[in-house]
Amino acid sequence: MKIYDGGKIFIGLVIFVALFASPFYLNMGKAIAKPELKFDTPEIQRLEKETGKKQCVEPKEFMRGGHMQMLNNWRDEVVRMGNRDQIVIAGQKFDKSLQLACMKCHSNKKDFCDKCHNYMAVNPYCWTCHIQPKEKQS
Amino acid sequence: MLEKALVGGKRYWTWVFFLLAIIGIGFIAYLKQFTYGLGITGLSRDVSWGLYIGQFTFLVGVAASGVMLVLPYYLHNFKQFGKITILGEFLAISAVTMCILFIFVDMGQPMRIMNVILHPTPNSIMFWDALVLSVYLALNVIVGWVVLGSDRKGVAPPKWVKPLIYLSIAWAPSIHTVTAFLYAGIPGRHYWLSAIMAARFLASAFSGGPALLIILALIIRKYTKFDPGKEAIQTLGKIVTYFMITNVFFFGLEFFTAFYSGIPGHQHPFYYLFAGMDGHAELVPLMWTSIILAIVSIFILIFPAARRNESILAVASAMVFISLWIDKGFGLIIGGFVPNMFEKVTGYWPTLPETLITLGVWATGFLVLTILYKIAVSVREETAGVEIEH
Amino acid sequence: MSMNRREFLKIAGISTVVGLGGTAAFTKIRESALEAAQIAPNTLALKAKQWAMVIDMGKFKSEETIKKVINACHRIHNVPDIGNPKDEIKWIWTETYGHAFPGQEHKYMSEDMMHKPFLLLCNHCTNPACVRVCPTKATFKRKDGIVMQDMHRCIGCRFCMAACPFGARSFNYRDPRGKDANGNPFIKEENKEYPTRMIGVVEKCTFCVERIEKGLKPACVEESNGALVFGDLDDPNSEVRKILGSTYTVRRKPELGTEPNVYYVIGGNGYAIVPELL
Repeated sequence: MKIYDGGKIFIGLVIFVALFASPFYLNMGKAIAKPELKFDTPEIQRLEKETGKKQCVEPKEFMRGGHMQMLNNWRDEVVRMGNRDQIVIAGQKFDKSLQLACMKCHSNKKDFCDKCHNYMAVNPYCWTCHIQPKEKQS
Repeated sequence: MLEKALVGGKRYWTWVFFLLAIIGIGFIAYLKQFTYGLGITGLSRDVSWGLYIGQFTFLVGVAASGVMLVLPYYLHNFKQFGKITILGEFLAISAVTMCILFIFVDMGQPMRIMNVILHPTPNSIMFWDALVLSVYLALNVIVGWVVLGSDRKGVAPPKWVKPLIYLSIAWAPSIHTVTAFLYAGIPGRHYWLSAIMAARFLASAFSGGPALLIILALIIRKYTKFDPGKEAIQTLGKIVTYFMITNVFFFGLEFFTAFYSGIPGHQHPFYYLFAGMDGHAELVPLMWTSIILAIVSIFILIFPAARRNESILAVASAMVFISLWIDKGFGLIIGGFVPNMFEKVTGYWPTLPETLITLGVWATGFLVLTILYKIAVSVREETAGVEIEH
Repeated sequence: MSMNRREFLKIAGISTVVGLGGTAAFTKIRESALEAAQIAPNTLALKAKQWAMVIDMGKFKSEETIKKVINACHRIHNVPDIGNPKDEIKWIWTETYGHAFPGQEHKYMSEDMMHKPFLLLCNHCTNPACVRVCPTKATFKRKDGIVMQDMHRCIGCRFCMAACPFGARSFNYRDPRGKDANGNPFIKEENKEYPTRMIGVVEKCTFCVERIEKGLKPACVEESNGALVFGDLDDPNSEVRKILGSTYTVRRKPELGTEPNVYYVIGGNGYAIVPELL
């Protein structure tokens, strides 16, 4: 069997594979440290002092993988269905709101939201509208 | 068949790279718009649609006009169009491509375009417009490609395309009717709230589109070995003549209703477009150019002797095309927004970036058209002299 | 795609059964789920079938009050002041009689009436043209009659702006968080309790839905010294109904059939309150 222009095809294939696989071999052996999130904002510390534990609206395991779906649900419930029932955590009431609830405790966007989002290379644009709390440059 | 677009003379490649350069400039301008926002355009709170949506509207008409070649051939067995239905179909593909791009560059949040599909909303005419345009694009791609491919092999096209061809004939008026409904169903915009809006759209489409096809056919004859046919071009000339007269007649109807009724709201857009209002007369020279070109072109076209001279026919076709481009690509949209909902006059004129983006989209459309026509013409040159019944 | 806690637990449970997730993880979730957050029903919300507003022009004693009303709205909603009419954003604003009620003016009107600033805002129509045309349901009619705008879903096609006969809608032609040529931010003072908007979406008055659902009246009503009256059109005992039943009121462009729900008392000498209705 004869392959027409076999040389050209072969060179083309090599270049394609080299480019396509570049993320793998360029990053080989370079493990990037897992992000360490900080749960030590004054607000969280206060909650811990008052109730004896750190608590969010849902367990940590759920929040880690499902917070975006939950926020999506909250958004639809509040904006589209007008359901503003509140969430009670350790006797305290919170709105279903990124800006008015989540970010009140997690006031450290840089050490909390951004760390994980950067690690996962996702870029949610929540904060182009929702105002983030002021925090010190870290 | 795509390989035919990869071989060409110096003239072909110069033209392709010229178009690519304009697309590049348009793309850079678009990146600027993407970061700065649509504030970079001449659009405002009062005139919230402008050049982009105007071009979209005009090009839906060009897309629909392909049917003026397909219908006489398939429904009336008008043989002279047999070889050039492909030109109508490929023009439609290029025009719909531009339509989609113009909608895209007009959007404030283009990254959310899939929301139209994720949250389908049948009460919105825009939902139906997206639907009919996508189907029309698909129909023309399939029919054009399959029929041309069969021609190239010298065989009759497969039977299953026939129903698709008939469907595309019925579909063509629908795309422009639905586009007219975007405007004609809006309360409070006097210039648009007209029952004959869809009829006007179709009349202008079926004159402007074939006028462009005449010019394209003459260019093809001049620069390639494929002759679209003298008889075919003459028939297109007749189509342009009748529909242009209808179009101007329809415009006259609008004018009569507005002015004989004496209802101020219906007259104001006419005043703004043709005389200027409250010191705003940006569009007056353009609108009168459109009117004069329309009248002069009709005056030329109604004389068969003049029409038979292909140079004169080409000039008249260009006049028709430019006249309709101004009327639909510009005046129709702006006239709906001025005066605004408070009976106040806010002027509109496109900015430089807006113009560059518009040119970029047109260049993209012409690039698509060039490639498709190159393929079609190459096939026709190869199979010259062979007659195939479709 | 959305998932609530129950669905998550289901998936976690299934994966445990098929041996994908560790049982330990699942037990831990179950434990904490038991004491997970409770829901506190919102009992504060003001309720209505169709919210409506009466604007009594006679009760505006000075233009200062009108400015206060506008500023209150724009301040709490982070409405940017872009500084030019082309890109401007406004939720509530003024026009003269001739522009607010086009076609109704005549040249023999009193100077006062001709130049008086009329307050305009979204009419929260019963049959809104903007909702009819929106291709993504980004703008929609709530059960309480408010025409709401979901800024998360808006694609910025501006069909609603073409369709609204009242010019109530503004488009973010510029980044509302941006600055003008002199470096001054478009939003002078951010209200941290309310979001801003982003480039390329349409916005408008929401009848202060975020306040209504906390039991408060719209901000403009609160600031108006009684010139703006807010209430349920469906409730015959509501204040708006009492005014509508006793005073001559007009609406903007009623002939278009959108059924606007903002009514105007044009006259100017206060409305007559029928005693037996009180």
